[in-house]
Amino acid sequence: MNKPQNIELNDPGQPSDVTPSGIVVPEVATPDMMDPAKIGEPGKYPFTRGIFENGYRGRLWTFRQYSGFGSAEETNQRYKFLIGQGQTGLSVALDLPTQCGYDPIDPMAVAEVGKVGVSLSHLADAETLFDGLDLAKLSTSFTINGTAAMVYALYLAVADKRGIPRAKLTGTIQNDILKEYVARGTWIFPVRPSMRLIADSILYSNEQTPRFNPISIAGAHVRDAGATAVEEIAFTLVNAFAYVDDLVRRGGDPNSFAKRLSFFFYVHMDFFEEICRFRAARRIWARTLKERYGVTDEKAQMFRFGVVCGGASLTAQQPYNNIVRVGIVNMAAVLGGAQSIFTAAYDEAFQIPTETSAEIALRTQQIVAYESGVARTVDPLGGSYFVEWMTDKIEEEIEKVIKEIDDYGGAIHAIEDGYLQMRIARRAYEKKLDIDRGARVVVGENYFRHAEDRTDIGEVFKVDPGIAGKVRERYQQLMDTRDDSKAQASLAKLREAALDENENIMPWLVDCCHAYATVGEMVTTLKREWGEFQEPVRL
Amino acid sequence: MSLTGKRILVAKPGLDGHDVGAKVIALALRDAGAEVIYTGLRKTPDYIARVAIEEDVDAVGLSILSGSHLELVRETQRFLREFKGENIKIFVGGTIPKEDNEALREAGASGIFNASQRIDEVLAEIDTLLSAPA
Repeated sequence: MNKPQNIELNDPGQPSDVTPSGIVVPEVATPDMMDPAKIGEPGKYPFTRGIFENGYRGRLWTFRQYSGFGSAEETNQRYKFLIGQGQTGLSVALDLPTQCGYDPIDPMAVAEVGKVGVSLSHLADAETLFDGLDLAKLSTSFTINGTAAMVYALYLAVADKRGIPRAKLTGTIQNDILKEYVARGTWIFPVRPSMRLIADSILYSNEQTPRFNPISIAGAHVRDAGATAVEEIAFTLVNAFAYVDDLVRRGGDPNSFAKRLSFFFYVHMDFFEEICRFRAARRIWARTLKERYGVTDEKAQMFRFGVVCGGASLTAQQPYNNIVRVGIVNMAAVLGGAQSIFTAAYDEAFQIPTETSAEIALRTQQIVAYESGVARTVDPLGGSYFVEWMTDKIEEEIEKVIKEIDDYGGAIHAIEDGYLQMRIARRAYEKKLDIDRGARVVVGENYFRHAEDRTDIGEVFKVDPGIAGKVRERYQQLMDTRDDSKAQASLAKLREAALDENENIMPWLVDCCHAYATVGEMVTTLKREWGEFQEPVRL
Repeated sequence: MSLTGKRILVAKPGLDGHDVGAKVIALALRDAGAEVIYTGLRKTPDYIARVAIEEDVDAVGLSILSGSHLELVRETQRFLREFKGENIKIFVGGTIPKEDNEALREAGASGIFNASQRIDEVLAEIDTLLSAPA
């Protein structure tokens, strides 16, 4: 077979009239294309123009850079650096063994300790990770799902040990297992016991840490796996409704718990599509909570969300172009009304950011916030013929996808039998073929690409290869010094709680953490009772 | 493009949950005529090698985005040899820094692919490698 002919893509022609979600955009938008009655006022139902009356004037969004690697000591150093540079919230990246519930000595973990995030397996690690950081003031976000309840319990245990009142803690655990089954893959237990663990942690958090967000329902990973901007919102909302249904079934009051539900998305490059879908999502969420769940408290109808700027919209070719992309995407996130923003580093496609690339990412946010002036007035695009038309159009499209999933039997069914996973994989394949044949322009990647690869990123970040050994040594040290009978007793109680559906499992997890039981031990205990998820493989 | 008659195992070793690349390649290989088996997430090199032998595949494609590619390719190769599957070729795709290419080839990878390569290029290279005498 011959090598395929190298098609030179150098002239993309006129930019396309169609958005990546397939919306055909008019040449010019006119007043008759929008319905002013749908828009409403900022800070009021249905929140098209944002959830705050004064937009960003009262409070800017949180600059929340994601970071973590290697051991707790190293990550703690990076946090102190970032806070010194003006970062306002921590975002903890955890390594895969921690995310999947394996201790660093587990054979499944060996190759991955400390690679994509920090290793956190017991209270001593957690104490080191947050050493010298004021947990009463700092909001901390954890990208953790399969083991979210255990990591949250560790955080509470650190606060308890330091004498910080739980009520003062602010932050977020992602804790969104449904999208793990669909896209991100750090599931552990089958769907039903996982849903229980999530309801337990939300209900417990509402009571114990009322300022903490016990779930961040995420579309980001589904998006990066191939879903369009419209599908990302739709899939996230159907998952969110599944959680709400479950919480209501457990006796939760949506007027109360919905105040603490938050969302998390990727923002990619199509500027207006991104802005308008957030305006549309706020409307759909508020309307559904009001009409389907009878939520009357406006605070509980608010769609609060954080975003990542970057992800699959960044390229490996000509990586410095990513700095420009992140700047544009950052503007879209602000104009869409995000509450917290993470700007990815330009080298994210290759590696954990270096200190330099991490700093440029943070500076990008500061430039948007303090130089561009976009945050000066509330929803500056509100009332634009085009923006309002596009918002209405996207709202319709999102609702169509929601209906498709509902007709299929709902989110949980569509996930358990692999339908959603398959749908997203096929979308990713279509997108890749579109890029290959030049139907979609990615500057530097398919068009305007150099003959030879241009992937030089300057500085290279290397995780210290000795880290895994150090982490395992620390772990062994803990095992040798902890009161083992106490740890075992706490695990035995956890097991009993797991068997009783009416018991909330959270207090038992916190007890385990105080007794220096490890994340792997807690997970293994629960696995014995609940089993493991069997992944449906459909292509 | 035809990979008709070839049997290929697409596998996700380790804990990394990014399976878009694996699934995209699996779909592309299938469209090109190959019989494709996809393992799903979080498989050990031992398990992957066993499935490769049982399914009598021509090649194993490993998708790794966690930075653990060297260890995982080396282990998969070790188990393939142990189970007398040394004729089975290993391909690897994911986030692989160029400077690791040589070490990866030494560890047993016949082809190394990344996301910015065109699908038809990847398929053509796999075809060439599978047509070469063992």
